[in-house]
This record gives sequence, structure tokens and C-alpha cells, in this order.
Amino acid sequence: MSANHQLEAVGLHLGYADRQIVTDLSLAIPPGRLTVIVGANACGKSTLLRGLARLLAPSRGAAYLDGKPVHTMPTRDVATLLGVLPQSPIAPDAIAVADLVGRGRYPHQGWFRRWTIEDDAAVAEALAATDMAELADRPVDELSGGQRQRVWIAMALAQQTDLLLLDEPTTFLDINHQVEVLDLLTDLVRLRGRTVVVVLHDLNLACRYADHIVAMKAGRVVAEGRPVDVMTEQVVADVFGMASRILVDPISDTPMIVPIGRHHVDRALA
Amino acid sequence: MTLAVEIETVSGVRLRQFRRRRAVLVGLAVALLVAFALALNLGDYPVPPGDVLRSLLSPLTGAVNKGVDFIVLQVRLPRAILAILSGAAFGLAGIIFQTLLRNPLASPDIIGIAHGASAAAVFCIIILGWSGLSVSLGALAGAVLTAIAIYLLAWRNGVTAYRVVLIGIGAAAMLGAVISYLFTRARLNEVQQALAWLVGSLNAARPGDAIVLAVALLILLPLLFGLVRALEALELGDDTATALGARVELTRLGLMLVAVSFAAFATAAVGPVGFVAFVSGPIARRLLDGAGRGFAQAALVGSLVMLVSDLVAQHALPSVQLPVGVVTGAFGALFLLWLLIASGRSGRVN
Repeated sequence: MSANHQLEAVGLHLGYADRQIVTDLSLAIPPGRLTVIVGANACGKSTLLRGLARLLAPSRGAAYLDGKPVHTMPTRDVATLLGVLPQSPIAPDAIAVADLVGRGRYPHQGWFRRWTIEDDAAVAEALAATDMAELADRPVDELSGGQRQRVWIAMALAQQTDLLLLDEPTTFLDINHQVEVLDLLTDLVRLRGRTVVVVLHDLNLACRYADHIVAMKAGRVVAEGRPVDVMTEQVVADVFGMASRILVDPISDTPMIVPIGRHHVDRALA
Repeated sequence: MTLAVEIETVSGVRLRQFRRRRAVLVGLAVALLVAFALALNLGDYPVPPGDVLRSLLSPLTGAVNKGVDFIVLQVRLPRAILAILSGAAFGLAGIIFQTLLRNPLASPDIIGIAHGASAAAVFCIIILGWSGLSVSLGALAGAVLTAIAIYLLAWRNGVTAYRVVLIGIGAAAMLGAVISYLFTRARLNEVQQALAWLVGSLNAARPGDAIVLAVALLILLPLLFGLVRALEALELGDDTATALGARVELTRLGLMLVAVSFAAFATAAVGPVGFVAFVSGPIARRLLDGAGRGFAQAALVGSLVMLVSDLVAQHALPSVQLPVGVVTGAFGALFLLWLLIASGRSGRVN
């Protein structure tokens, strides 16, 4: 599978009821790359992801998938090209891991095409990729928060879409599992040529893993590009309203943001 | 192929779940068959199994025994079939709502739909002086109108489960007040007739009721079959369902209409028999223990509860025939208590 599919936003306005969240935003997601969206709380990064994924209808402008407005496309066609992991999915009571991951096959099935060996293979591959195969018959509600998160990621993987959008997939995870998830997403991009868009909180992990980083503030894109080019002390101050020092990550040579904070201002200036 | 082991694991899980579903289904079907045989066998005039079978086959074989045939074919058979059909309809209505709204309290006899049917039926009996089939039609209309009102009142850029449940409980209380008010204006014999309807009973079971209900089920079951697959996605929350390509609002509206129709037709046929819709889904889910959504199983549980409750209602007390609603009410109340206690311990419901 190769990343031929193109996702972009043109003049996108998004909001809830009378509250405008994302204003006149245009963005092209680079195909075959890992894009990370960062920004302070309530800057509209999750809303943008929901708009791109047709979970939220735009009030003006549009998100386009291969040049077609994603909102007016048949939703099932979109689901075979673009997978989404929203922020708080709900696991039905007592559902088994393999069963929940199998729900990712929904868009590939129909009344006349029920479960096949391909579906089993897709589920097995997703379980293997997320290291959950051994827990396949366990009920999801008996798992730890981190394991549960990996089940949901596995479900999105089982959908086998070229584009994958994930809203804070590393929340609730220990640092080792955070790194595992981001490594896994990187594998998808490098080895399978998928296009992945992730909303992340951790700036340093974002800089480490992103091919393309998008920094948002108040519903607009402040800066985008390679982390090395984009993440300056000025941009961090602008986006997060926080003074910082930027070092070079000794492992990956990517920018590493060290916050200064009120109590260390003197030493930072010295 | 490095994935061989994992594929085997996944198909193994699916096979185990399938076997469990099948075992539960077969077990329930056998239990239902036993109850059905008992329903034709028991009574003031017990008919031995051999004679029951001969009576059932008499239209084919021509071996007629008028007295026994009347009891089996005209009295007990319509009653048992009506119990099975209405129980299945209540069970399906309950589990659709409970699954859709992700809340075991969200069965149609708790969120006001049964109350809508009741208020309409009582109105027909007391104010309009109707009886028989026209009351059933009135109840049907009452259930559907109540459901539409609840859906519209709960609508706010889409429908959320907890708004439907809360507004439904409010509607149930209001309709209860309407029923009480109608009672204050009624004559004693009308009150008696209305009360008998409200408790729900198979005592007045006529072959016509069973046929109407059977036709309704024949229309509704394919609709349910067409919509139920999307529940796989809908169960995971609206955003995830949309992401998976399900048409969320349309499917939810369709499923609610089907569920309301199940509840309305069953209520029109046998009255608002309490708690059958409420208990069937959770019992089926307990039996399955995560091996499936349990719609077919819930329908069988509903039939079984209805049929067994009616047997108890007819034969538990010598010389007194209770309405079936009294038995399901007592059983349902116990089950509700047990559900609350059990969920309080394990931290989850059903």
C-alpha cells in the first residue's frame, strides 16, 4: 500500500454551536509522512483533527480527501481510506479484545460480505503490531489503561486505511508505552508508506517523531514544517506563552524544549 | 508467514464465542420448548403429551377429538403463542434500547413508551368507551406518539443517550399522572376494565392478536436484521462509529423506530406487561458473557420469561388466575434489585 491519498484543509472554519474554534485554516498533510499537531489546551488541535476526519461539519471552507470535500463523500468510502481514533471511544461491556479490534473491519464488510480470513489476518496483524495478541480473548474492561489504549490503536490499524488520524493516542500511557506507540506509528509511515496525523501533548516526543510539525494557537496555524526548522524559542513562547531554552536532543538531533519557569529565570539568564 | 499463530488465536477466539452463542441459543430454545409443552399440557383439564401432539397434528391427520382439540387448539395454543411472540418482541425492544443508549435502565417500560401506550389505552376505555381491538390500536398510537415526543424533546444537535433516558423517565411520570387523572373521572366498571389492561394479561388471548403480532414481527425482523450490523460501530460511541463509516443518526433513528414498534405491537396485544423488556437483555448478556450482542438470545429469554410467568400466574395459586403482569412485575423487581446489588459490587452493569 502506498500513500497516494491527499488530505488537505482549505479555508476551514470549525466550531460548536456559536463558539468558533478553528478559523480560516488551510493545511496540506504531506503524504507518506508523520505529521504531529501541537499547541496549548483549547487551541483547536483536536477540533481540527475532527474536522479533517469529517467527524465535525465545517461552518465554512472544507477538508478535501483527494480533492473531494470529505463531508459530502459517502462516509463508508471515506472509512476505507481514512481511519480515525477519537479521544474517548467507548468499549461495550465485557467485549473481548479480538472482538473490539475486529470492529475496525466494519467498513470492509457488508450484508453480503461477512467475516473472512482476510479480516482475521487484519485483526491478527493489528494485534501483533500493538503487542496485544496474547490478550486476544481477554475482556477489554479488565485491561490496564495503557493496554486499553493499545487495543483502540489496534482497532484503527485493523481498518487498514492509508491515512490514519489519532487524537492524543499516548494519553494514559507510561513513557515506555508512549515511545512504543510512536515507534509503531513511525513503522507504519516508514515501512508501509502510510500517512499518519497525530495530536500530541509532549513537545519533545513530537519533535523527535514528527516529519512535519504543525503548531497551533487560537484556532490558527502559527508555524509548520520540519521540527528543526520550526521549533524555535520564539515559536514556543508564542504558542505556549512560556519561556524556554532549546537544546539538541542527543539521541535524535531534533529540538529538545526545556521549559524555564518562574523559579529558574535568573539562572536561565546568567 | 509469521502471523500464522496470531491468526489462529483470533479465529480461535471467534470460534469459542460462536460456540458459546450457539450453546446459549440451543439451551434457551430447549427450555422454551419444555415450557411450551407444559403450557399445552397443564390446566384444569390436563391433556397428556400424546393427546397434545395428536391435537396439534389433527388438521393434518384428521384424527379429531372435539373437546380436547378445543382446549388445546382454541384456548391454550393461541395463549402460548401470544406469550412467545409478545415476549420476544418485548425482549428485542428492550435490548435494542439498552444497547443503543448504553444503559440497562433504558428499556421501553422505564423510559415512558409503555406509559404512553397505557395512557392512550386508558383514554380509549374511559373517555371514548372503546374496548377490544380498538383499544389495542389506541395503545399502538400512544406508544409511537410518546416515542416521537421523547425523541424530539431529547434532540439537541443529535440525540444523546442520557437525555433520552431522563426525558423518558419524566414522560413516564407525566403519563402516570394522566392515567391517575383519567381514573378520577371514570365509573367503577371502566376502572376495572382499564386496570385489567394496565396490568397486562394473556387471559383474553385471541388467535387474532397472535396473528397481528406475528405479521408485525415478520415485517420488523428483516428491518432489525438490516440495521443491527451498524450497532457494532454505534456501540463504540458516535465519533468512532462515524470514523468507521456508519451513518450514525440515520441508523439510530431507524433502530429506535424498530424498537418502539416491537414494544408498541407487543403492548397493544397483551398490555404493558412489566419488566420483560427490562430483564431480557441483561439476562442474555450474562449468559453470553461477552460472546456477542445477544439479540436472538434476548428474544428467546423474553419469550421464556413471558411463557413461564404466565404458567406461574395460571397455576401457582389454586382457583385464582393472576394476570401475567403481576408475576413478571414481582420477578422483574427482584431482578432489578439483584442487578443493582451485583453492579454495585463489580462496578459495572450487565
